[in-house]
Amino acid sequence: MELNGNVPSGPLAQKWSEYIRHSKLVNPANKRKFEIIVVGTGLAGSSAAATLAELGYKVKAYCYHDSPRRAHSVAAQGGINAAKNYQNDGDSVYRLFYDTVKGGDFRARESNVHRLAEVSVSIIDQCAAQGVPFAREYGGTLANRSFGGAQVSRTFYARGQTGQQLLLGAYQALSRQIGLGAVQMFNRHEMLDLIVVNGHAKGIVTRNLATGEIKAHTADAVVLATGGYGNCWNLSTYGRQSNATAIWRAHKKGALFANPCYAQIHPTCIPRSGDYQSKLTLMSESLRNDGRVWVPKRREDCGKHPNDIPEADRDYYLERKYPSFGNLAPRDISSRAAKEACDDGRGVGPGGRGVYLDFSEAIQRLGQHKVEERYGNLFDIYKEITGEDAYRVPMRIYPAIHYTMGGLWVDYGLMSNLPGLFVLGEANFSDHGANRLGASALMQGLSDGYFVIPNTINNYLAAQQEKRPAADGVESAQAVADVRAGIKKLLDINGQRTVSDFHKELGNLLWEKCGMARDKDGLEQALREIPRIREAFWRDAKVTGEGEDLNQALEKAGRVADFLELAELICQDALHREESCGGHFRSEYQTEDGEALRQDDKFAYVAAWEFKGVGAPPVLHKEMLNYEEVKLATRSYK
Amino acid sequence: MNVKLKVWRQASGQQSGGFEEYEAKELNPNMSFLEMLDEVNEELIQAGKEPIAFEHDCREGICGSCSLMIGGEPHGPEYRVASCQTYMRSFKDGDVITIEPFRSKAFPVLKDLVVDRSAFDRIIQAGGFISVSTGSAPDANSIPVPKVSADLSMDAAACIGCGACVASCKNGAAMLFASAKAAHLNLLPQGQAEKDRRVLAIVETMDAQGFGSCSNTYACESACPKGITVDFIAKLNRDYALASVRTKLLGAAA
Repeated sequence: MELNGNVPSGPLAQKWSEYIRHSKLVNPANKRKFEIIVVGTGLAGSSAAATLAELGYKVKAYCYHDSPRRAHSVAAQGGINAAKNYQNDGDSVYRLFYDTVKGGDFRARESNVHRLAEVSVSIIDQCAAQGVPFAREYGGTLANRSFGGAQVSRTFYARGQTGQQLLLGAYQALSRQIGLGAVQMFNRHEMLDLIVVNGHAKGIVTRNLATGEIKAHTADAVVLATGGYGNCWNLSTYGRQSNATAIWRAHKKGALFANPCYAQIHPTCIPRSGDYQSKLTLMSESLRNDGRVWVPKRREDCGKHPNDIPEADRDYYLERKYPSFGNLAPRDISSRAAKEACDDGRGVGPGGRGVYLDFSEAIQRLGQHKVEERYGNLFDIYKEITGEDAYRVPMRIYPAIHYTMGGLWVDYGLMSNLPGLFVLGEANFSDHGANRLGASALMQGLSDGYFVIPNTINNYLAAQQEKRPAADGVESAQAVADVRAGIKKLLDINGQRTVSDFHKELGNLLWEKCGMARDKDGLEQALREIPRIREAFWRDAKVTGEGEDLNQALEKAGRVADFLELAELICQDALHREESCGGHFRSEYQTEDGEALRQDDKFAYVAAWEFKGVGAPPVLHKEMLNYEEVKLATRSYK
Repeated sequence: MNVKLKVWRQASGQQSGGFEEYEAKELNPNMSFLEMLDEVNEELIQAGKEPIAFEHDCREGICGSCSLMIGGEPHGPEYRVASCQTYMRSFKDGDVITIEPFRSKAFPVLKDLVVDRSAFDRIIQAGGFISVSTGSAPDANSIPVPKVSADLSMDAAACIGCGACVASCKNGAAMLFASAKAAHLNLLPQGQAEKDRRVLAIVETMDAQGFGSCSNTYACESACPKGITVDFIAKLNRDYALASVRTKLLGAAA
């Protein structure tokens, strides 16, 4: 089956306005008759819930944290892109669009990306009006900085806490609607199943994490904004609670999962220091504006103190290999270059898995004060974790799993193949292709929530009058019973090994076989191992406590059980995609100088997988990527 | 290194709790405090016992989930860090470390070290926002914001809503939290239109949620992982007084 993205016809730059012009509208008196469920309260979920409530819909919002403000969008540091061209440096909607398509290695849907670039300018306006304290110039106008993969300064930021400030803006907009009674907020509620009635998504089943109560909630449409699945790799920059359960269970109910193998590995994270490690901490990519990446030229220098290695013996490998982008080469390229240097035996720090990010030149050029002003909090974080002072000694960094470009398949209106199921933000697959540029995740989350979904969900709802099922209908009752049975099954295993132990095993396997570089043999090996780990999990995992209680061990077990299924799909997708593109690097497909080699004649499509049962081969559906505006080219940052 | 833990265990808000002792052995000083608790929990699970419930997520000091009273201090001995950014190198081999929840009347215990901080959300819902619906914003550069105001506003906006200020306060006051949100928005030109309304609603809700009054001991400032200063409390008091005069005496509320 070939998938239809329902992209409007007409010239690229006019598609979105044409779409809006032809949308069906729901009149204000009717809006309050519709209920919409929004799962997740990060940037995409909070902004969607707030905006839909402002429009007059009745919204029910859910998050598994104790407060909607804690979603992991909060941790994004560097910034948000927008084609404002406030710097007069030649930026435009088209340039942001083109950079994003190119950054995604020509594997994104062109029309979605153009819309994202168009909407980006309104996001900054909206956030500034909400009181997001963006960095300013002395004249009071907004400041910008540059980011990887771009040659203009279009990134807006609030110190090193841009994600936090944008999330607080969206959280406050959401809170205002909760206070007004327009949004009913369910904190500490985790979605454990999707309720599908006559092929349409019409509700969810939740577990109240404080009491263990299982309950069905129905609505006219369901919006999932539950983030990415990077914790499948265990060690990542994600929050420890981040999980794939909502999207995975929707997938098991029929929603197609697109491009699962596209995962982003961020080049600038603090290297791991031991087996006890629970997560990896990101150092914002903005550091690469002023920091220079290097390793020793000679292997025997790796043990030396970095300040004792003279300039001539250092290999500034990004500047050497990519002279026009230098240290600002895109994430996938920078990550792979770090891996190559370490594989070559020139890595530094524990286990030789690290490279230097050096600020001495910037400190000389700008003074320590200026560097402190720009990156002070990041230097503080680095010191807390490593005990080292990066003003005196170069930082050590290494790549880590950071973002997943893949996700549930959606059409141009952000609706999945299941009518009534909308998917926003990192949870969908749509805008970043095979690699996401820095400062684009915040942009996409807020674009989807503030500006896209309020203009697309009406097209679905307009035809849905009186179709909302009762919360105690047959489908709801069945879904509740299934969830209860799943929880009982976990609690009944009563084996010997902890869930974390299984998660670590799975994570190590994926990192080795389906991480920065993949190949056929490794992926086939992973596909033999994963079912074995999964089988061992269901035989030997130890889940303590009761279902009807606050039980964090049970929460984790359910999430890891889903990762054990999703991991298989990730590897199947990676195995089938016999090309290298963006974050998906197949060692068999590279140019002579080690760059990614796409196979456009065979793989210029979105791979959307249909679930056929645990362990059963999934069915591939293709959405062909037809580029009308952009010419497919080899991505070059040289 | 090895340490001994005295951890508050409480099965639920309805039951009474008490301290239990655990040994944490062969620790690497570069471990985070929460990674040390992870290891203790792994052992508890393997022994078939329920792990210690505690909240955490980002583990980089920004989400505000973690909320441990470590050795009698919110977020532990280090200055300006959250519990998750506390490392074992801050302790000595053989230390006995007490771990409790963030206790306060307005933060009821749910289980072990997990408390209900939703009273903070209700303060924000009452007035911690600028009322601007999506789509109605002017161009972002049409309202210049002096750099000094933007920077000061950002200082206040850095609050992560963890509740250390409340836990550190002998009165259980939420003044640092509430004043930081009021200052973040009141300092910006965008926040002027509903400034009085905001301040009155925030203070009224804070009282209604069971938080205590401020008696200026400044314990909150020293406990705050983000360095929010009590200057914002002074500002809230001024803004509140002015809003009260304008609204209640003159009837001129925005």
